[in-house]
Amino acid sequence: MPPSKNQLTSEQIFAVVKEEFSSLVEGENLEARDPYLTLKADGAIQAQGGFADLARFCRDDSRLHFDLLSCISGIDYPDRQVIEAVYCLDSTVHNHWLILKVALPRNNPRIPSVEDVWRTADWHERETYDLMGVIFEGHHNLVRILCAEDWVGHPLRKDYVIPDSYHGVKNVVY
Amino acid sequence: MSTLENKNPDPLLKNIVFMNLVDEVVNATRSNSVWPMTFGLACCAIEMMATGAAKYDIDRFGSGPFRGTPRQSDLMIVAGTVTHKMAPRVKRLYDQMPEPKYVIAMGGCVIRGGPYVKHGYHVVKGVDLIIPVDVYIPGCPPRPEALLEGLFKVQKLMKREKVLDRTRRRTKPEVYRPIG
Repeated sequence: MPPSKNQLTSEQIFAVVKEEFSSLVEGENLEARDPYLTLKADGAIQAQGGFADLARFCRDDSRLHFDLLSCISGIDYPDRQVIEAVYCLDSTVHNHWLILKVALPRNNPRIPSVEDVWRTADWHERETYDLMGVIFEGHHNLVRILCAEDWVGHPLRKDYVIPDSYHGVKNVVY
Repeated sequence: MSTLENKNPDPLLKNIVFMNLVDEVVNATRSNSVWPMTFGLACCAIEMMATGAAKYDIDRFGSGPFRGTPRQSDLMIVAGTVTHKMAPRVKRLYDQMPEPKYVIAMGGCVIRGGPYVKHGYHVVKGVDLIIPVDVYIPGCPPRPEALLEGLFKVQKLMKREKVLDRTRRRTKPEVYRPIG
C-alpha cells in the first residue's frame, strides 16, 4: 500500500487518543518495536466513556479511522497477577496502526466487549475467552469457540494443567 | 479332508478349491477398487489431495473415487491431527462405514500426537485410542508416495479376506464409545 498523506506516526496517534481519553490512558511505550498504549484497568473502562467508547472513537475519528481490528490476544503474566488483553487496530485508509494493552486482574479479568464496534471482535473475543478466560462483558454469545463445549479450564493460562483424560481418552505422556 | 469336514460343516466349504477361487475374485475386485472417504483434518489432507491429483494419481490403483459419505467407503484415511473435539466425530464416521473397513493412520499426529505429544492439551495421542488402525504411515506429512505405499499395504490386507469367514475382520479392540 502506498503511504497515505494522512498517515500518523505512533506518537501522533497516542496524542490524539490521550487528548480525548486522558483519564483512561495509563502509559505508552514508544521504544518498543511496535509502540503500544496501555490503559487503566480500574472501574473507568467499564463506565460510560470507558473502553467501548474509546474503541468507537478510534474507529470513527477521521484522523484515526481504525476500520480494521486485526487481532485480540491475551497474555498471561502470573508473576504480575495480570492478564493483558491486547488489541491491534489497523487503518486501511490511512495505513497506520495502534496497539492497545489493558492489564486486567488475573482473578477476575473483565473488559467491555467491542463486538458492536467491529464485528470481527465476535470470534476474537470468544477465542480469548476460551483460551485465556477473559470475560468480555456485553458479548452476545460468549461461549467456547475452539475447545469442546464441556472443556474445563482455560488452556493457555500458565498454570493450566493438562487433564489425564478427556471423555475416557487418555492423554498418554510418553 | 475328514478333519476339515468335521470342523466346517458348511457344505460350501467342502469345495475348498472353489471357495479359494471365489475369495480371489472377490478380493481382487475389492482391493482394486478401494473407495476412500473424503476426510481431511489438517495439513496431511493436502498431501492426500496431491496423491489424488494428476502427478501421483491414486486412480492408477483403483482408489480414485473419494466418497463423500462413510456409507460408500471401504477405507478411512485419517489425515491430520485428531483433536479431542473431533474424536467423537471420527469414531462416529468409522461406525457408519460398512464392513469390511480399513483405516490408514497418516502422519505423526495421527499415530502418536506428533509435535503435540507433550504439550498438546487438545490432541488425541494416537487415533488408535478410539478406532482400530490397519496401516500406519509415518511422516510430517508423509509424501504421496508413502500414502500410495500405505494403500498397497491395505490392498495386501484385503487380499487375505475370506468371503465366508466374516468374523476375521471384526476385531473388537478396547475402544471407548464417546458421546454424540
